Amino acid sequence: MTMPWKLICKQEDLVEGAGVAAMVNGEQVAIFYVPESGNKVFVIGNWDPVGKANVLSRGLVAHLQEQWVVASPLYKQHFILASGQCLEEDITVPHWQAKLEDGDVFIAIN
Amino acid sequence: MISTVSFLTQKPHIVVIGNGMVGHHFVEQMIAQGGHEEFQITVFGEEPYLAYDRVHLSEYFTGKGAADLAMTDGTLYSEHGVRYFLNSLVSEINRETKQLILQKGDSLSYDKLVLATGSYPFVPPIPGHKRENTFVYRTLDDLDAIRACAKQVTRGTVVGGGLLGLEAANALKNLGLETCVVEFAPRLMPVQLDEKGGAVLKEMIEGLDVKVYTDTATKEIVDGEMAFHRMNFADGSHLETDLILFSAGIRPQDALARQSGLTVGERGGISVNNHCQTSDDDIYAIGECALWNGRVFGLVAPGYAMAKSAAEHLLADFLGRVGVTFTGADMSTKLKLLGCDVGSVGDAHGQSQGCKVFVYQDELSQSYRKMVVSEDGKKLLGAVLVGDNSYYDTLLQYYLNAIDLPEQAQALILPTMGDAPIGLGVDALPATASICSCHNVSKQDISDAVCNGALSVGDVKGITKAATGCGGCAALLKKVVDNELLALGVEVSSDICEHFAYTRQDLYNLVKIGEIKTFDELLKIHGKGHGCEICKPAVGSILASVWNDYVLKKEHISLQDTNDRFLANMQKDGTYSIVPRIPGGEITPDRLIVLGEVAKEYGLYTKVTGGQRIDLFGATLPQLPEIWGKLIAAGFETGQAYGKSLRTVKSCVGSTWCRYGVNDSMKMAIDLENRYKGLRSPHKIKFAVSGCTRECAEAQSKDIGVIATEGGWNLYVCGNGGMKPRHGDLFAKDLDDETLVKYIDRVLMFYTKTADRLQRTSVWMDGLEGGLDYLKEVVIDDKLGLCGELEARMQHVVDTFQCEWKSTLEDPDALKNFRQFVNYEGSDSNVVFVEERNQIRPATEVEKQQLIAKVG
Repeated sequence: MTMPWKLICKQEDLVEGAGVAAMVNGEQVAIFYVPESGNKVFVIGNWDPVGKANVLSRGLVAHLQEQWVVASPLYKQHFILASGQCLEEDITVPHWQAKLEDGDVFIAIN
Repeated sequence: MISTVSFLTQKPHIVVIGNGMVGHHFVEQMIAQGGHEEFQITVFGEEPYLAYDRVHLSEYFTGKGAADLAMTDGTLYSEHGVRYFLNSLVSEINRETKQLILQKGDSLSYDKLVLATGSYPFVPPIPGHKRENTFVYRTLDDLDAIRACAKQVTRGTVVGGGLLGLEAANALKNLGLETCVVEFAPRLMPVQLDEKGGAVLKEMIEGLDVKVYTDTATKEIVDGEMAFHRMNFADGSHLETDLILFSAGIRPQDALARQSGLTVGERGGISVNNHCQTSDDDIYAIGECALWNGRVFGLVAPGYAMAKSAAEHLLADFLGRVGVTFTGADMSTKLKLLGCDVGSVGDAHGQSQGCKVFVYQDELSQSYRKMVVSEDGKKLLGAVLVGDNSYYDTLLQYYLNAIDLPEQAQALILPTMGDAPIGLGVDALPATASICSCHNVSKQDISDAVCNGALSVGDVKGITKAATGCGGCAALLKKVVDNELLALGVEVSSDICEHFAYTRQDLYNLVKIGEIKTFDELLKIHGKGHGCEICKPAVGSILASVWNDYVLKKEHISLQDTNDRFLANMQKDGTYSIVPRIPGGEITPDRLIVLGEVAKEYGLYTKVTGGQRIDLFGATLPQLPEIWGKLIAAGFETGQAYGKSLRTVKSCVGSTWCRYGVNDSMKMAIDLENRYKGLRSPHKIKFAVSGCTRECAEAQSKDIGVIATEGGWNLYVCGNGGMKPRHGDLFAKDLDDETLVKYIDRVLMFYTKTADRLQRTSVWMDGLEGGLDYLKEVVIDDKLGLCGELEARMQHVVDTFQCEWKSTLEDPDALKNFRQFVNYEGSDSNVVFVEERNQIRPATEVEKQQLIAKVG
């Protein structure tokens, strides 16, 4: 079965080492561009369930315990970019598979 | 028509009647133990609100809204399948059929019932007590009614001088009323205080313009001649007042228990056993409605303990263990009433047999302290404190843990004379010592949490809930946590994070000496891994301090904390606030109009800040560049309110206008602000300049304070307001303009060079070996031979200043950052504003739901 990849934006829309927000099927997502990582791009939900605002794309990207995470700009909880799992609390934000191909950014819609 | 509400559920049904703090805590306890899996839980609340913090009710008058006081927004309930009904009064219990009848006529069956109906205020049956403009002080609705009435009148009187009465008197005073307190007993707070303590408190309170009548019985309330009411007293005198607030004690709300034939006490209260079961095994009573061992407990901590024991008893089978029982509670209490400290521990009245008493009284500074000790002088039985509660924590621990008193026990209530304060080191506390009585957390619980990896106060709070009730034990909690960490031999590493084995000061030197210009370079040479949210902004700040590059350059942008990245201050809903620089707080009418026009055009909430600037709230990401385009066109610059950098130089008008001013503080403030405005530092920096020793600009509470003298300027350094205030130290006297600036250059650069990350100047100074004298040697005597370099570095920062917003508007790449979405032009639908006092504010979760419901 092939993944239904959806084109979201161009590589030049991304910010190196940080996140941007995008709208995908009416849902806000945060796209992080981390050139040093194997995956290069990660996508999680933009909604911060602790701070209750759409801000995760505006957090700082960090590398902690061998994992790429983003620190929420509101109350600084860390969310793992690859899984959406929060490091401090038992909560998870949605995450999507993503890829960077020939300057285009795609995410997998399930 | 009577219908029956039926729930399709196989689980046994627990109904909780009452949704006050204790009722809510019961639900929390059930959920925490997994009880919602076992039982269907249904909650009925009489008020229109879910449980709120009644302990801090008075804060409703000092700016807190209903939402701030709320203990839950209902999410906890709905997420765990707990059904709740507000505005719902249960009018009858049929114990035979195990059915409840609601006021609206519906009926509902239960398997287990929990009564958490609380109490109601006792209103003495004085003729006239039901007149208009008479109130009680219990619910948010009561407070709304009091506030509405207070707006129309000038005089208010509280009947009752107990704990709640004085709290209510404070509220009336805060509402701007001339306030009186009328107490039937011979002294204030008769339950907690002895005669002397009550007298001292009375004197203190009268010193605050609240008239106190003790030993006074009100005979009747009739029409007043000069005011709305006239209270005629038993001794023939009278008092005229417009508003009367009854706070003469509480009575257990036991009406349902009486109606259904449960056993109640002679003077009210539903009798319960150690599991909080009533005379009917399937019905529990908890909180202020319950009577245990002949006593009603009118504080929240015992209520919470009852809630816990009831929940654990109900879940005993499910949990497979016998739960905790309720065996009474300590009623010691400390409060600040009308700004006066009052504390009461254990047997405050000295009623224990053979007890002995120590008393200390100081009529000059109005304080009174009493200790009640056992006959042999070994144990503390009780204490009374009026005027200074700093003695309370230690006394309470001696009392609760029955620790042997030291030989000179009186020292526990004597003022300290220069030497180290006599306190009980947390080391001396036994493991069973109760640290947080609201959530019943012992020293052992904290120790366990620390051993299991909670290495900060925040973590310990999260795990144990200590200090999250009334918060009174926060300071003690921190001491215990620190002590436990020390005991574990946890060395507090000074490494900034896992990526750099260096302090901030080391990194600063590495950057400067190695001429390192980017984070990646520094990481490659001196660090490991990929960086995190600790080291990235710290290094970003150091790079900016040393090289003063534009912070949104491609290689720097991912280092910036969200506020620095978007050059604005993020607020709770993800919108931003904007603060343009207004040097020294001086602004022309034309510029003020520009701010007003911009705020109006974008509908921004507008507030004057403490730093004499104007803050515009509620701008969305894409609006930031648009708004700044307009502000810069009008001549404004960024105020860097988002950065760890110079914020403001506060000032008085000085000698140009003020008849007392001895020097031109206004010009000095503007010059200083313009000189240091670009400096990135370990933390934010605030200045102030006063034109004379009257010190209207409050310079001694600032990082850098300057006060005009006949001989020039006095320079104060390392002061702080905020959470831990510190007066600035007088650094040098009678300086001329040039030397003043030179010294400030050196002090600030030395701080920027040597302080830790996020360390304010006050903390930096406190930790500086050699302290103020050392700083003087470095800055004035040039002991380290650094002064030339420090000045040159500062001059570089001054010369390379750029307004970051101006640079951003000229940089199309940087502007791309400010799109809300990279692939969509719309806005964030979660950003919703409502209007309050003619301006916007973010809607609360509840308001958002209501707005959505209306639209839907």
